[in-house]
Amino acid sequence: MYGRLPIVKMLLVTLALTAVISVVMVPINWNGQGASTAAPKIDHLLNVMIVLSAFVFSLVMVMLFYALWKFKAKPGDESDGEPIHGNTRLEIAWTLIPTIIVLFAGGYSWKVLDDIEDPAPRNERLTVSVFSQQFAWSFAYPGKDYAWTEEALHVPVDRQIHFKMHALDVIHSFWVPEWRIKKDNVPGITTTAIVTPDKVGTYQLVCTELCGFGHATMRAKVVVEPWPKFKKWVEGLEQKAPKELMESVELDSVTNPPDLGAGGA
Amino acid sequence: MVDAIKRPGWWRALLGTIAFGAFGFGLVIALRAIADLPLYQTEQTGYPHIIVPAVLAPLGFLAGFGCFDYWLRWAIGAPTIPEDHSQHGAKTWKDYFRFNTDHKVIGVQYVVTTFIFFFLGGLMAMLIRAELAQPGTQILEASTYNSLFSTHAVLMIFVFVIPVFAGLANYVLPLMIGAPDMAFPRLNALSFWMLPLAGILFLASFLAPGGAFDAGWTGYAPLSTGAPLGQSFFNLGVQFAGASSIATALNFLVTIITMRAPGMTFWRMPLLVWANLSTSLLVVAATPFIAGVQFMVLFDRALHTNFFDFAAGGDVISYQHIFWFYSHPAVYIMMLPGFGIVSEVISTHARKPIFGYRLMALALIGIVVLSYSVWAHHMFVAGMFSWLRVPMMITTLLIAVPTGIKIFSWLGTLYFGKIHTYSTAMLFALAFIVTFTIGGISGVMLGMVPIDIHVSDTYFIVAHIHFVLFGGSVFTIFAGVYHWFPKMTGRMYDEKLGRVHFWGTLVGTWGTFVPMHWVGMDGMPRRVADYAEQFGEWNLLISVFAFILGAAQLVFLYNMIISWRYGPKADANPWRANSIEWQVSSPPPIYNFDEIPRVVGGPYEFGIPGAKHAIMAGEKGAEVPAESEKNVVGSTS
Repeated sequence: MYGRLPIVKMLLVTLALTAVISVVMVPINWNGQGASTAAPKIDHLLNVMIVLSAFVFSLVMVMLFYALWKFKAKPGDESDGEPIHGNTRLEIAWTLIPTIIVLFAGGYSWKVLDDIEDPAPRNERLTVSVFSQQFAWSFAYPGKDYAWTEEALHVPVDRQIHFKMHALDVIHSFWVPEWRIKKDNVPGITTTAIVTPDKVGTYQLVCTELCGFGHATMRAKVVVEPWPKFKKWVEGLEQKAPKELMESVELDSVTNPPDLGAGGA
Repeated sequence: MVDAIKRPGWWRALLGTIAFGAFGFGLVIALRAIADLPLYQTEQTGYPHIIVPAVLAPLGFLAGFGCFDYWLRWAIGAPTIPEDHSQHGAKTWKDYFRFNTDHKVIGVQYVVTTFIFFFLGGLMAMLIRAELAQPGTQILEASTYNSLFSTHAVLMIFVFVIPVFAGLANYVLPLMIGAPDMAFPRLNALSFWMLPLAGILFLASFLAPGGAFDAGWTGYAPLSTGAPLGQSFFNLGVQFAGASSIATALNFLVTIITMRAPGMTFWRMPLLVWANLSTSLLVVAATPFIAGVQFMVLFDRALHTNFFDFAAGGDVISYQHIFWFYSHPAVYIMMLPGFGIVSEVISTHARKPIFGYRLMALALIGIVVLSYSVWAHHMFVAGMFSWLRVPMMITTLLIAVPTGIKIFSWLGTLYFGKIHTYSTAMLFALAFIVTFTIGGISGVMLGMVPIDIHVSDTYFIVAHIHFVLFGGSVFTIFAGVYHWFPKMTGRMYDEKLGRVHFWGTLVGTWGTFVPMHWVGMDGMPRRVADYAEQFGEWNLLISVFAFILGAAQLVFLYNMIISWRYGPKADANPWRANSIEWQVSSPPPIYNFDEIPRVVGGPYEFGIPGAKHAIMAGEKGAEVPAESEKNVVGSTS
């Protein structure tokens, strides 16, 4: 059967189409600006998948359109096609090769996942508590009596932040698109997200779990700034975390160390 | 009048609905009075005096309508006639509006009813896109918007996609395997009649104080456990839709296993039969889980249990585990029958055997098995035990392999064939291959945890689900409806209108759902009535294409109605296909076959002169079968 099909030509067209699609799609910043150490790793993983997907898509398109062109029935031709029932070698190939491709994708993803969730030593990380409720975010910082604010989330740049997150009523979800991290806030348990923001700037925290009629508006400002500025801001916070809040989520010194720590460089 | 109430039918059903509903209401009030509780509990989530009637009234409808008559008579020892076919067959339109045990009538009832819900759900989608066309609030306030996308999804999933496939298979499958009907015709009719009741319960939630359910079709606790009354209508509607689905699946399993015509071994079954066998295996094992979890939510709401009440020690995330344990197999329930339809359409219109038939059947079984092992890929960011993510990622990626095998096999079927593209059914089947490949590719990306962390709960997900559910399932539904329209109605549809529907749908689908990938990745969450200014232009474009998509469906509706009434009469086999349903008249005789056919070959024997799949009564070679073969249902070998 192979001798009757221009396999090499079809493959070349597939590779050319793959190249065209990749060249167009890879340079585009699909995930938006990146502002954490995780972002380039995730974006690179995505780009690898775009190239692999472009190949699979191109293969399907070339196979389909070649067949539609070459084997279209001539008008009035009522006869049947050839009684071909299959080709064992081909079927084995299109079982094994996709298996290898997806397992490669899985292995690479596993590595990226371990990388972006790799916890820094305790004295190099900063723990920030996040509280979500219908329909606002609030944050508490280690330090005297847990300085607390509803205004905005400030974090220092180039430091690994551990967010310990609590939902007070229904499930919410913590997402800062530029950081590429997301984790649900689940009432009754504490969930953790780890990120190292590496670009100073202002971003948005977006709730990404349906939480009621105010879901679309549940956002908060996020400010990433150099350590000295951040320390000054935290120390300037006057409000302390409400006592009932701390008791309801069992805030303690293990999950939330009592002071800010030594700080970044 | 009194006569009308004694006979099964609409009047008696009305009486039954009112009687059972009133009984339920009275029971609640009486018990609450005895227990010294306030009679009408209208606390946010409670309303037992509405919930209990809401369960009993539909059962009263079914009882009055006649769904249980035969069984009740048998159960109480009253005389019954075993071969009572009085409820069988259709001569006038009225026969479609009663308890009818003919699988062909039930098939039509299913398809028409489910398409009504398709248009209702589609109308909701148009409203959603009208609101989202621009940033800010235009026509819908947020809570109404939340109700709309919730009911849109619930209607589409539970009373359109899942049952429409059941309906098409109901019509076609018994004919295709050479059976006179399904194994349990009365159960079949009951399954159908539970469906409009489920749809009515879902729609009735709009009348509840507090509005329709608005926690999404996923109904996560605790948002759902604390929601107003409308949420309970979702909990109950799912029970009827689920019961309908499970009963139908049991019916298909018994029919396929025991009622194949002599000579039809498993390896001579058309792939549509394999697909429905696989789907039925999924339905019977998985659907009880969603029924169970919705009962758990209902009990938390009405009986103050604490399954998901974290303050009382409940486990919030357990809802998601139980829910997704069904809902992931559910997406395959919504796709596998479509795979079967595509196999029939492509082999017929390319005049070629399916490439790799055995591996195609095994791939279906592989998908069934694997689909139970991937549910937590919907929960990668849910805060569940983090070690579960990587194993679920691996199984999720592996399930792409049998799916890919099918795509390549359909493409292989086209090679060295004689491809005819005049049929709208074939156009949809071919477009499905490309569109579903895109949906599958985005699915593989979603299976990869680091990518999913970023795009979970964004419009990337909305894009993926609509590529696979619209560009996947719905395209195959259209292919099936067009393909079997002549068989079911005895008339041909208008191919020119079919082409307009096809191109409008193809352009509308791609234009609507492709940009959703981008806005999702760029930061737009899902289930939002409003969004950041920067996404305004893309959303406007998406809405315009969505309106084109909606308009195209009106062309389909017009075509179906006009052709059914006035279309040219169709032959028995306008597509010159091989399977048994095409060897009888269009529409088929009331009991399908004068004599059960004998299967002598595979279902896709194109290209071999003289090869036959089945020998019908009166054909050459249809000699009287030997005594040992007579009355043998199913076959050895």
